[in-house]
Amino acid sequence: MTKVSSKNKQWLSGNEAIARGAWEAGVTVASGYPGTPSTEILENLSSYKDVYTEWAPNEKVALEVGMGASFAGARVLVTMKHVGLNVAADPLFTASYTGVRGGIVIITADDPEMHSSQNEQDNRHYACAAKLPMLEPSDPAEALAMLKQAFAISEEFDTPVLLRTTTRVAHVKGLVATGKRKMGPVPVAVEKAPAKFVMLPANARMRRRAIAERMVRLAAFVETFAANRIDQGDRKIGFITGGISYLYVKEAFPKAVVLKIATTWPLPVNLIRDFASQVDEVIIVEELDPFLETHIKAAGIACTGKAKIPAMGELNPFIVKKALGQPTGEIFAPVDIPPRPPNMCPGCPHRGLFYNLGKYDVFIAGDIGCYTLGFLPPLSAMDSCVCMGASIGVAHGMDKALGEAARGRTVAVIGDSTFIHSGITGLINMVYNKSMSTVIILDNRTTAMTGHQANPASGSTLMGEPANAIDLAELCRAIGVKHVRTVNPHDIKACKKVLTEEIDRPEPSVIISQAPCVLLPEERKRPKTPLSIFVDNCTGCGTCVHLGCPAMSWVPLTPAEAKKLGKKEKQKGYARISAEMCNDCGQCLAVCKFKAIGKAEGTK
Amino acid sequence: MKPSGNILFCGVGGQGILLASEITAFALLECGLDAKKSEVHGMAQRGGSVVAHLRFGKKVFSPLIDPGQADFLVAFETMEAVRYLPFLHQASRVIVNTHQIAPPAVATGKMIYPADLLSHLTSRGIAVYPLDGFGIARAAGEIRTANLVLVGALSTFLPVEEEVFLEVLKKRIPRKLEENIAAFKEGRKITA
Repeated sequence: MTKVSSKNKQWLSGNEAIARGAWEAGVTVASGYPGTPSTEILENLSSYKDVYTEWAPNEKVALEVGMGASFAGARVLVTMKHVGLNVAADPLFTASYTGVRGGIVIITADDPEMHSSQNEQDNRHYACAAKLPMLEPSDPAEALAMLKQAFAISEEFDTPVLLRTTTRVAHVKGLVATGKRKMGPVPVAVEKAPAKFVMLPANARMRRRAIAERMVRLAAFVETFAANRIDQGDRKIGFITGGISYLYVKEAFPKAVVLKIATTWPLPVNLIRDFASQVDEVIIVEELDPFLETHIKAAGIACTGKAKIPAMGELNPFIVKKALGQPTGEIFAPVDIPPRPPNMCPGCPHRGLFYNLGKYDVFIAGDIGCYTLGFLPPLSAMDSCVCMGASIGVAHGMDKALGEAARGRTVAVIGDSTFIHSGITGLINMVYNKSMSTVIILDNRTTAMTGHQANPASGSTLMGEPANAIDLAELCRAIGVKHVRTVNPHDIKACKKVLTEEIDRPEPSVIISQAPCVLLPEERKRPKTPLSIFVDNCTGCGTCVHLGCPAMSWVPLTPAEAKKLGKKEKQKGYARISAEMCNDCGQCLAVCKFKAIGKAEGTK
Repeated sequence: MKPSGNILFCGVGGQGILLASEITAFALLECGLDAKKSEVHGMAQRGGSVVAHLRFGKKVFSPLIDPGQADFLVAFETMEAVRYLPFLHQASRVIVNTHQIAPPAVATGKMIYPADLLSHLTSRGIAVYPLDGFGIARAAGEIRTANLVLVGALSTFLPVEEEVFLEVLKKRIPRKLEENIAAFKEGRKITA
C-alpha cells in the first residue's frame, strides 16, 4: 500500500512481525512445533530466504535443536505455545546453565481465555523458575523491536531469552516499522567448550554461580532498559502493567501515569520503587496470575492488583474500568439463541470413526487435535483429554486399575501428529507393560487443527521439500504391537468390524484410521459428487443427522405437512443435505437403512 | 463521518470474514489512519462462531472492541448478528447477510432456528441493513463474492472514498477482480 509503505511500515500480525524480526535479527535456524497462537511465526519465517526453518516432532526437540544451533554460533528462534513450553521445560532449565553462543530466543505464546487450549497457564513463572530473562511486547510493532533486542540480550548475558506473547498480541494486526537484515556477531563454527556445555555436576555447579552473576547483571540492566518506560500523566493512580494489559490501561485510563514493564523478568525493582513513591496509589493490571504483583510486593512496595483485577480469562478495557469502579454504561443483555460451537468439517474422516466408537461401552481417552471435537454432541465420543499424547497413558492406566475387567473397556484416540509428538513412548509402555487397550491413530496425514502443518508422517517439510514419511504401521510393529490394522473410517461397516475385534482383544493393538483431511489442498481440488436425500424414502429416523455433519440438517414436519408429503403423520421431519457443503464422503449413505440417500447429479 | 470507529465482523468459521476485515483495514490505512485488528484462529475456525475486531482512528491502543462500543457490525450470518448484540449501542449500524446456517443443535433437530431474529436489534433502535449477500453475489457473477457485498454496504459509512476501496481491491484481489468490484458496488447501493 503506497501510503503505508512510504512510512516504511507494514501491516503485520504479531506472529508475522516476529518472523520479520527474526529475519532482521539475522536468525539462520528456527525450529518449533505448531500450536495456537504461535503457529504462523514459523510458517511466515519459512518464506524468508537465508533462514533454515523446520517443524520438530515436539517442543522439547525444537529447543534442543535450537541449543545445538546456538552452540555452533547461529542466532536461533524456537517457537511454541504455552503448553509446549511444558514439553520443552527439561532442556529449558538446563539451557539456562549452558547459556549460548549465538543468541536463542524462545517464543512462548500464551492463550488466556483458552480460545484454543486446554489450560491458561501463565508462562511468566517459567522465567522466574528457570532464571531466564523474559520480554513481553504489547503489539506487533513492539514484538518485532523487542525480538531484536532479545537477541542482543541473549548474547550479551549468555542466556536464552523468553519472549512471551498472548493471543491478542500474536493474532492482532497493526502497523509495524520494518528494517534490514543484520547478522549476529558470533561466527558459526564448531567450538568446544565442555565446562559450559557438558552439564555434569562439577560443571553445573560452576554454571549455577554464573547464572547468579548473570541475574545480578541483568537486574542492573533492566533498570535503564528503554522499553521499561513511564507514560506521564495524572498521578492519583499509578498503573504498573505490561504486555497486552498495557494497551487496555491506556484505553481505559488515557490520562493516568503508567509504568510499562517490558522486562517481565527480572523486574526493574528500583524503577518500580521510584515510580510508586511518586503516585498516590499503585494499581497493577496484568492478565492471569498476580506475577508482577507478587514480586513487587515481595520487594516491599505497596500495591493493589488481583484484589480488584480478575485473575481468570482475558482482560479488556471494559473489564479494567469496571474492576476499578469506573462507569461503563448500559450494555445490551445477550439474546438466548442456539450456541454455535466448532464442529468437524463436512466429510471429515474422524466423524466416521467416532460415530462407530460411540456405540461401544468403552472409556475413550482422547487427545489434542481437531478430533477432540468428537466430544461434542451428537457424537459425544470422548471421555478424557489432558495434553499431547496423554490418551495412551490414560487408557493404559485405566486398564491397569480395572485389572481383569479391563478387557474391551479402554481405547485411546490420537492423531498422527500428536502420536509422533508424544504418543510413541506411551505406546512403548503399553506393550512393555502388557496393556489390553486399543490405540486408534487418526491418520489424516497432517497437523490439521493448527492449519495443516506438515509432520514427520506427511512426506514433506516446512520448507516444502519432499521428506521421508513415517510408516506408522511399521513403527507400531517395531515397538512390539502384534495387531496393527489399517481401516478407512469412511467405510462405516468395515471399520466397525475391526473395532469390535481389536477392542475385545486382551492384548495391546493399534488401529490406524487412515483418510486425508478434507481441507488438504489436493482434497479440496478433488471433484466431488454431492449426496442428496430422496425425501420420499426418508423415514425421519435421524440416524444420518446424528453423524453431526454440518452439511446435514433436519427439516421438521407438522403432522399435516407429513401427511401432505405422503408420510405417516407421526413422522417428525426428514433429513436434508446441503449440496454446497457436501464433500461426498459417503458416511451418511453408509448409515442409511432406507435407501434415502444417493448421489446427486453432477460434480462440483 | 467520524475519523475513528469500531467495526465488528462476525459469522461462521470459513465464511471469508478475515478477507473482508483485511480489505476494510487496508482501505482505512490507505487514508493515513491507524488501525488494529484482532482475529481468532485455531479451534474456533472449525465451523464455530467467529469474530474479528477492527478499530481505526488517529491512534489506536486496544485491539479489542469493548462491549457496547461497536459502531458497525458486519454479520455474515443472521443468528450471528444477534449473538453479538452486547457489543452494540443504540447508534450502531448492522449490515447483515440474511443467509442462515443451522448450528449443530438446530441441524440435529434439538433446537429450532429462531424466527424474526433481527427484531432483537431493531426493537432496540439499532439500524439494520439486511441483504441477500449470496443472491447479490450470484447476480454479480461469482457467488464467492458475498463478502465483498457486505464490505460494499459497510463502506458508505466509513471515512474512505469509494476510489480508495477500488484501488485496494485491485491490489489485493488476485482473481475475478471484475466480479468482486461488481459485488462491492452492489453492496454500496444498499446503504448509499
